[in-house]
Amino acid sequence: MSRRARILALHGGLLAVLFAAQFVLPAYHHGNLARIMVLASYALGYNLLFGYTGLLSLGHALFFAAGMYGMALSMQHLEAAPAPALLAGLAAGIAVSALLGLLALRTAGVAFMIVTLMFAQAGHLTILYFGEWTRGDEGFVIAATRRVLWGIDLADPVSRYFAAWGLFAVCLLSTLWLVRRPFGKVLIAIRENEERVRMLGYDPFLHKLGALVVSGTMSAAAGAVYGLLFGYAGATFASVQYSIFPLLWVLLGGAGTVLGPFVGTLFMFYLIDLASGVTTAYMLIAGVVLVALTLFAPQGLMGEVRRRLWGWLP
Amino acid sequence: MSLLCTEGLSKHFAGLSAVAEVDFDLPEGQVRALIGPNGAGKTTLVGMICGRLRADAGRVVFDGRDVTGMAAHRRIRRGMAYTFQITSVFGRLPVHENVALAARRRLAGPQVDAAVREALDRVGLTEDPDRPAGDLSYGHQRLLELAMGLVQAPRLLILDEPTQGLSDSEIARFTGLVRALAGQVTVLLIEHNMHVVMQVADAVTVMNQGAILAEGTPAEIHDNPAVQAAYLGTN
Repeated sequence: MSRRARILALHGGLLAVLFAAQFVLPAYHHGNLARIMVLASYALGYNLLFGYTGLLSLGHALFFAAGMYGMALSMQHLEAAPAPALLAGLAAGIAVSALLGLLALRTAGVAFMIVTLMFAQAGHLTILYFGEWTRGDEGFVIAATRRVLWGIDLADPVSRYFAAWGLFAVCLLSTLWLVRRPFGKVLIAIRENEERVRMLGYDPFLHKLGALVVSGTMSAAAGAVYGLLFGYAGATFASVQYSIFPLLWVLLGGAGTVLGPFVGTLFMFYLIDLASGVTTAYMLIAGVVLVALTLFAPQGLMGEVRRRLWGWLP
Repeated sequence: MSLLCTEGLSKHFAGLSAVAEVDFDLPEGQVRALIGPNGAGKTTLVGMICGRLRADAGRVVFDGRDVTGMAAHRRIRRGMAYTFQITSVFGRLPVHENVALAARRRLAGPQVDAAVREALDRVGLTEDPDRPAGDLSYGHQRLLELAMGLVQAPRLLILDEPTQGLSDSEIARFTGLVRALAGQVTVLLIEHNMHVVMQVADAVTVMNQGAILAEGTPAEIHDNPAVQAAYLGTN
């Protein structure tokens, strides 16, 4: 099988399995998987910037929240229907990530981490400050009756699962497409050696800005869909915790692999889920497993698979 | 008609004058060697020419246009190619992809593959293009740098100590390659190996202590007493 065929078979296969899982999974896991697919889309967006371009952001919650609030506020206060509300979420993601990129990409390394963290904190505080509109920490619920998109009731578990699957498929396939395009290959080269890329005649700033906008927009799409599918928007989603999550998922699953973000999100979700069934100190178990993984699979799960088995993994 | 010239180009590092008011002129199609003792300012001069370093004073004119304030990547797009003194290949990426990255700036689709194969062929790196560039020996990484330069089809090819770490047979291949380029591509070559300089250069510029000490044909430079003094330190 050619490299291309193998890549298509593996990634298409995962999407097919997830699609089919809908018909066999018990209700509990069915609901979990829908949530995981949306969060994995967020992680895919994060991975594009961190795993492929080599830029470690500590402020991606800003984009997730921009999408979520762009969608939710326009439904709540402008009486928007779900479709235009989702577009508003996407537009907020594009605007916020482009603006942040223009400012934060003037820095690099640790300074970039700090600047993104600070902007995300400012975003979180902004949401709290305008509590009259956003309801702050408490957040607000989007009524199930309003979450009907093109006649499809998104509050229904089955259609919610398919919507999550659709978002995940779009994010996965566009990541796969992008990292195999010349643009994506320049991003990988920037991660490896930015100065050399410049001396090959590419503008590193424009490429990094492009990566940040695509990454931020994908994260915003995940935030908007999350809010719409689960009917809630709250300031927690803009907190630093939600900036750290995608970093953890991507590190566990394998930074710079297309499947890594999904594997990492799935693994972490069920690790906490299973550990909390065993003991109330479930974060202790999660912590030990994370330390072990960092020690024995420093490149993450899919990174190890690529290193040991499938060198062709994109 | 000169492809590249500099006027009064200067650079200081913490009060130390690395390059002082250098006027340099390179005619189109020439292979020019830039020689001089360590610390003479060769790499600094070339760094200002290709934009890696910002000049403190003076200007750089490339192809009739003042490029002094232009960012490095835009100068490269105008037809300069630069190979690094300390090899700077993408170590974790395959050999083939290293050259393809350089080629894709001007080519697309199947043309890229053909150009990459041709460039690797010319430098003699035909074995297993899928292995990571970091696995190559030091000498082969230098050849890979050269292939990355060639595949850009530059008008001005700047080579910073390209034969450092190469074996004798690889050096012979390199000199043959540069001689084959003569007339088509303008080459600016920083080189310590005088044997190579004598073989490939049309003209030689000697730098010492940040200034141009002498210019002339290889034979003239070879017999110049001031150059001998600078190299042997007997003035």
